[in-house]
Amino acid sequence: MSQKAHDIFFRSNAPVTVDEDKCIAHKGCTVCVEVCPMDLLAINPLTQKAYMQFDECWYCMPCETDCPTGAVKVEIPYLLR
Amino acid sequence: MSLDNFLNLEQEYDIVVIGGGTAGPMAAIKAKERNPNLRILLLDKANVKRSGAISMGMDGLNNAVIPGHATPEQYTREITIANDGIVNQATVYAYAKHSFTTIEQLDRWGVKFEKDGTGDYAVKKVHHMGSYVLPMPEGHDIKKVLYRQLKRAKIAITNRIVSTRLLTDASGAVCGVLGFDCRSADFHIIKAKAVILCCGAAGRLGLPASGYLMGTYENPTNAGDGYAMAYHAGAELANLECFQINPLIKDYNGPACAYVTGPLGGYTANNKGNRFIECDYWSGQMMWEFYQELQGGNGPVFLKLDHLAEETIQTIEHILHSNERPSRGQFHANRNTDYRHKMVEMHISEIGFCSGHSASGVWVNERAETSVPGLYSAGDMAAVPHNYMLGAFTYGWFAGHSAADYVAGKEFSALDKEQIAREKQRVYAPLLREHGLPPAQVEYKLRRFVNDYLQPPKVTRKMELALERFDQIEEDIAQLKAANPHELMRAMEVAVIRDCAEMAARASLFRQESRWGLYHHRVDFPERDDANWFYHCHLKKDQSGRMVSHKREVEPYLIPLDDHERNAYDKLRLKAANG
Ligand SMILES: Cc1cc2nc3c(=O)[nH]c(=O)nc-3n(C[C@H](O)[C@H](O)[C@H](O)COP(=O)(O)OP(=O)(O)OC[C@H]3O[C@@H](n4cnc5c(N)ncnc54)[C@H](O)[C@@H]3O)c2cc1C
Ligand code: SF4
Ligand code: SF4
Repeated sequence: MSQKAHDIFFRSNAPVTVDEDKCIAHKGCTVCVEVCPMDLLAINPLTQKAYMQFDECWYCMPCETDCPTGAVKVEIPYLLR
Repeated sequence: MSLDNFLNLEQEYDIVVIGGGTAGPMAAIKAKERNPNLRILLLDKANVKRSGAISMGMDGLNNAVIPGHATPEQYTREITIANDGIVNQATVYAYAKHSFTTIEQLDRWGVKFEKDGTGDYAVKKVHHMGSYVLPMPEGHDIKKVLYRQLKRAKIAITNRIVSTRLLTDASGAVCGVLGFDCRSADFHIIKAKAVILCCGAAGRLGLPASGYLMGTYENPTNAGDGYAMAYHAGAELANLECFQINPLIKDYNGPACAYVTGPLGGYTANNKGNRFIECDYWSGQMMWEFYQELQGGNGPVFLKLDHLAEETIQTIEHILHSNERPSRGQFHANRNTDYRHKMVEMHISEIGFCSGHSASGVWVNERAETSVPGLYSAGDMAAVPHNYMLGAFTYGWFAGHSAADYVAGKEFSALDKEQIAREKQRVYAPLLREHGLPPAQVEYKLRRFVNDYLQPPKVTRKMELALERFDQIEEDIAQLKAANPHELMRAMEVAVIRDCAEMAARASLFRQESRWGLYHHRVDFPERDDANWFYHCHLKKDQSGRMVSHKREVEPYLIPLDDHERNAYDKLRLKAANG
């Protein structure tokens, strides 16, 4: 086949953000990653901080509520804001 | 990369409970209580600590049957009427009789319910006839309470496993569960003597009006997985054409909460600020009136609170902004909606299946048994009409007991290697494919078709077109590409949503009458036709793999209806608003 569709990535602004100064993932915390029902958060292996990996948020808030240091902030996804 | 790259992890348990949201934890705990020697596994796609519809707590019980406030007979009568008569009363009555026992159990475990000065439960009236709403202003800890009980009962829990199919033995009984890990992509093969499905509603069927895939009313983890698994295992599904459609806050798509605000003086109003329905309890008739108002030039519809006293508004804010959907305060702030000065704009939700709210689910009897031996179901996906959260807990309880009794003295069945191989092939195809369609786009298109062709009022020709489109989506599903295990989970959900979409179309085409207000309004058959359609309609996969429907007699009523009550829910429109 001479024609092959390549991927184009759709840019999105993460509605869930982490204050890296407050995040203690480097000490082993993974609470927000654990509780997200949609499995959207992860720990960045380079920075050892939590971040939003996938843009499929239900704005339900366990990540923000359960973070022991108050590092997570959930915004309503832009399309609904 | 080939199929062999994905590890097979094999385990065996007496009972596997799939879905650890609301009904699931109760089922696991009660099965263990019934027989402490049983080995029980609770499996969830998310993490049981915060999974499901009650992830952040709940604002209240919508259907509490509490002595002194309501009787099981009265409740059964009310739900029979609200559901236009098509009810197996034995299931509703079994719930109603056990409702208070479930409340007492939750209360003992530490779930907080509102009580009055004398320590009695502070029940409110929201339904048309009886009083069944019990507020839980401090209800945010409910998942913590359940989790503590799961630990105490020593229930094995495995999180982040997406269950995809049930295994059946030569006799047709369920004998195992297949699934994959949405992080590592490992393949899980679990032998079981019985399985309890508690996977919640089919919440990602329609596309919300916002166009945002995950902006659903239901927790979007509940894509309809349970409906699809039950269907493929041969189970019968009941009255799927009785869709779930809810009146919600526009765009935010969470409940506007007439149940919380109603008893405090709030109500649903049209664009003139006038009430147009006398009862805010969610029923097909109520949604019909809501839809008429939206379409008829009197819309949008609003939740009206701006006439209430400051103190009352603060109470409402405290409940609605900290419980259940706690981000709604932020949503209102972004749009400068202060309950004191502005009415809250409402809209109609996307369609879904949910017996928690309407009546569409996997058929079960009053013991939570499905039509397949060894398979039980509870919660939103099990067809006990208007069952809500307390019904999920109660039927979880029944399912736990029934399954524990069923497995007593039973041996494991041998697993069919061919079924396993076929499923492994299906699951991993999107990861093995080099190029292909993105799951999110296929999902978007599929759910847009659901809106275009299936949203009521239902039109025969449109639903026939829907079936053609869903066949084409089946071909697209065979071209899905997933870049990682997370995206594989979304790809598998697209297949689930497609199955549910086809079920929704076929079930709706089968019932040639209108019933349940907006939920099943057929333009080509606009009248209710009791002579031909006072039946349950069941759908299942037949021997040759085709999706087929049939009628089933409505069981004789245990609690007869009085003639004057029978049509109570048909008269919801206020006379003043009629003109
Ligand atoms: C926003 C909202 C507000 C509500 N408010 C009220 C209220 O005020 N009062 C009331 O009585 N009721 C209310 N309800 C209804 C009530 O919450 C539900 O009826 C009840 O919680 C359903 O319980 P369930 O166990 O069936 O589903 P859930 O609690 O949603 O659990 C389903 C579980 O299945 C898991 N799962 C799904 N698919 C898979 C799979 N393939 N493999 C493994 N696991 C899977 C999910 O992760 C989830 O944990 C509300 C519902 C919603 C969505
Ligand atoms: S819960 Fe908070 S501290 Fe822990 S990893 Fe997440 S952001 Fe960091
Ligand atoms: S708000 Fe909910 S869905 Fe969004 S990242 Fe947090 S836990 Fe996940």
